[in-house]
Amino acid sequence: MNEPLIDPLVWLILLPLAWATLAFVLGPGRGGWLAIAGLVAQCWLAFNLAQQVGAGGTAVHAVGGWGAPLGIDLAVDGLSAAMLLLTQTVALPLAIYARSYFKASDPAGAGFWPLTGFLIAGMNALFVSADLFNLYVTLELVGLAAVGLVAAGGGAQQVAAALRYLFATLVGSGAYLLGVALIYGAYGTVSIATLVPLVMNDAPRLVWIASALMVSGLLLKTALFPFHFWLPPAHGGAPAPVSALLSALVVKASFYLILRLWLGPLQPVLPAFGWLLALLGAAAIFWGSWQAIRAVKLKRLIAYSTVAQLGYLFLIFPLLAAPAALQAGVMQAFAHGLAKAGMFAAAGVLIKATGQDTVAGLAGAVERLPVTMFAFALSGITLMGLPPSSGFLAKWQIIQAALAQGHWIIAVVVLAGGLLAAVYVFRVLRQGFLLTPENVTFAPVSRTLEWSAFALAAASVLLGLRGVELMQLLGTRT
Amino acid sequence: MTTGLVFAMAGAALFALGVAGIVLIGHLLRRILAFNLMGSGACLVLVGLAQRHDVADPVPHAMVLTGIVVAVAATALALALVRKLHALSGQIELPDDADE
Amino acid sequence: MMVVALVVTLALAFVFFLSGAMLELGPAAIDLRVPVSAHLAQSGVSHPVTAVLLNYRGYDTLLEIAVLLLALVAILAVVGEAPAAPSRAAHPVLQTLGRLATPLMVVVAVYLLWAGAFRSGGAFQAGAVLAAAAVLLHLVGLLAGWSTPRLRLRIGLAAGFALFLAVAAALLKQGSLLQYPPDAAGALILLIECGLTVSLALILAGLFLFLAREEGA
Repeated sequence: MNEPLIDPLVWLILLPLAWATLAFVLGPGRGGWLAIAGLVAQCWLAFNLAQQVGAGGTAVHAVGGWGAPLGIDLAVDGLSAAMLLLTQTVALPLAIYARSYFKASDPAGAGFWPLTGFLIAGMNALFVSADLFNLYVTLELVGLAAVGLVAAGGGAQQVAAALRYLFATLVGSGAYLLGVALIYGAYGTVSIATLVPLVMNDAPRLVWIASALMVSGLLLKTALFPFHFWLPPAHGGAPAPVSALLSALVVKASFYLILRLWLGPLQPVLPAFGWLLALLGAAAIFWGSWQAIRAVKLKRLIAYSTVAQLGYLFLIFPLLAAPAALQAGVMQAFAHGLAKAGMFAAAGVLIKATGQDTVAGLAGAVERLPVTMFAFALSGITLMGLPPSSGFLAKWQIIQAALAQGHWIIAVVVLAGGLLAAVYVFRVLRQGFLLTPENVTFAPVSRTLEWSAFALAAASVLLGLRGVELMQLLGTRT
Repeated sequence: MTTGLVFAMAGAALFALGVAGIVLIGHLLRRILAFNLMGSGACLVLVGLAQRHDVADPVPHAMVLTGIVVAVAATALALALVRKLHALSGQIELPDDADE
Repeated sequence: MMVVALVVTLALAFVFFLSGAMLELGPAAIDLRVPVSAHLAQSGVSHPVTAVLLNYRGYDTLLEIAVLLLALVAILAVVGEAPAAPSRAAHPVLQTLGRLATPLMVVVAVYLLWAGAFRSGGAFQAGAVLAAAAVLLHLVGLLAGWSTPRLRLRIGLAAGFALFLAVAAALLKQGSLLQYPPDAAGALILLIECGLTVSLALILAGLFLFLAREEGA
C-alpha cells in the first residue's frame, strides 16, 4: 500500500479543499490559475489511483486509524476510481474554459473558483466515502456549492431557478438523511462495509422504508423523471461553465450513490425496484427528448437533453445481474459527462458570439465559428450514439446486456432515444449551416474557449476507441 | 413503547409535515421554515430510534450536531437567495417556470 | 385542492407505516457505545460526544466546516456588491444592555470552549454564542452590517478551517488522515477547537451581518 503521506486517495480531497480556501482568501474573481494548477495535480493523482486499483484491487483508508464501525472508512474500487477520473478530467478543461469565459469584473465569476473547488472536493469525497452519514455531508457540500454556482451574479430568473434547485436538493438530502437515521436505528452502524453482511433478505420493514427514502431522495437530486422539474431552469439559466459542471458531473454523483447502495448494503432490498427505475428512465428519455425538440433557447435545449440522457443511466438497473450492465452505465456516465460539458461549452461560445441565446439566432455559425460548431457536432455524435464514440459503446453495451437477458424492450427504448437525440441535435446543426443573415455580426471570442470546448467533445468521441481499458478498471469491484 | 420510540415517531411526523410544507406552501419564507421542520424531524428520529432501549448513544448525538450545522448553512443560503429574489423582483413566491 | 388532499393523505400514510415499522424493530446488531468508551482514554478528551465529534468521526466535522464556509462564500457571491446597511441606533436602554451582555457572552463562550473536553460544549457552541453577541450588537445599533469582506476578514473566516486542514494533513505522517498520537491528542484537539471557535464566530456572524443590506439594493 502507499506511503500514507502521498496517498492519492486522501490528497484528492485535501487538495481541492486547500485551493478553494486559498481562492476565497485571494478575493473575488481571483484564483483561476491556482485552480488549474490544483486540477492538473488532481488529474495526475486520479490516473495514479486508477492504475493502482487496476493493478492491485481495492484500497481502504481508515480515517483516524480507528476503522469502521467506530471511525469513517474511505474505500476505492474500480467504480470509485472511474468516477474520480471522470470528475478530474472534465473539470480541468472546464476550468481552463471558465478562466477565459469570466471577465475580470463579472459578478457571476466572483465566487466561481472557491465554489468550484468545494464542489470538486465534495464530489471526490463522495466517491471514496464508505460511511452513509459521511456521504450525507458530502451530498450537502456538493448540493450547496452547485446552488451557489447557479445563483451567483444572476438576475431574478436565475435566482428563482437556484431556489427551486435548492429546495429540491434539500428535500433529497433530507429524505436520504432520514433513511440513514432509520438504518442506524435498525443496525447500530452507518459503515457500508459493516452493513453489507448484516442486511439480509428478511430485513425488517424499516429497512425497506429507509431504502425507498434514500433512493427517492437521490432520484430527486439526479433529476430523474418525474423529479426533473428543477433541472431545465437551473442548467439552462446558469452561465455556460456552471451548466457544464452541473450537467456533466453533479447529477452523476447522486447516480453513483444509488449504484453504490444497490450493489452494496441494500442489495437484498433494492433490486425489487429495478423495473420501476427503468420505466422512469424510459419516460425521461422520451419526455426530455420531446422537450428538447420543442425548446426555443439553446441552453434550455441542452438541459432537456441532459434530462433525456440521464434516463439511459437508469435503464441498466433491471440488468445489473450481469457485470456488463455496470460497465455500460459507467461508460454512459463518461460519454454523457464529456459530451455534455463540450456541448455546454460550445453553447457558451455561441451565445457570447451571437449576443443572444435562441436556437434560431445561430444562423451562420458554421461559417464564423467552425471549431465551435464542430465541437457541438462531435458532442451530438456521442449523444446520438454513433460509432466510434463512447456514446455508441455505452448504448451498444446496454443493448447487448438487455438482449442477453431477454429484455428486448430496453433495446428498443435505447434505439428510439438515439433517433430522438438526432432530431434535436440536427435542429441546432441545421440552423448553424444556414447563411449568415445580413444584419448579424458575430463578436470575436477567445480561441481558448473554442478549443477547450472542442477538446471535451473530441474526448467524448475518442474515448470510444479506448473503452476497453475503462471496462477493465471496472472489473475490480468490492 | 419507550420514550425513545415516542420521540422517533414524533420525528417521523415532523419530517412528513416539513416535506408536505415544502411541496404545498408557496411563500418562500414559510418553505424555509418547513425545511427546518423536516431537518429537525430527521434528527429527532436519529436520536430517538437509537435510544429506544433507554440508553444514550453518543454517536447519533454527534451526527445530529453535524446535521444541525449543515442545516444552518443551508438555511442561511436559502434566506440569502430569498432576500435577493425579493430585492430583484418584489416577489416572495417562486414565479412559474416559463417553458422555453 | 386535489393536490393538497393527495399530499396530506400520502404524508399521513407515511407516518403511519413508519411508526408501525419502528414499533416492530428488535435490538440493533452493533452497539457503538462499547468501542467509544473503550478508546476514550486515548482520544484526548473525556466526553464521549466530543470524542466522537473531533476524534473518531473528526472527518465529518472537517467536511461540515467546509459546508459552513462554502455557504458563506455562496452568500457573498449572491449578495454581490450591495452596500451594507448602516447601524440604526436603538433605545439607549437596549444599547446599555447590549454593552453589558457582550462581555458576559464572551466569558460564556470561552468557558464553553474549554468545557467541551469534559462535558457538553466545544467549538460550535462557543462560536455560536460569540456570533449571537455580534448579532445582538448589530440589532441594538452598536455594530454596522458587513460589506464585502476585506483581506483581514477573509483570512479570519478561513483560518479555522485552514488550520484544521493543515493539522489533518500533517497527521498523515502518523499513518492516516486525522490520526492523533494518543499523548498529543488532547492538545491538538484544543488547538483545532480554538481556531474553529474564532472562524465559526466570524462565519456565523457573517451569515447574518453580510445579509444586512440596504433594502431594495
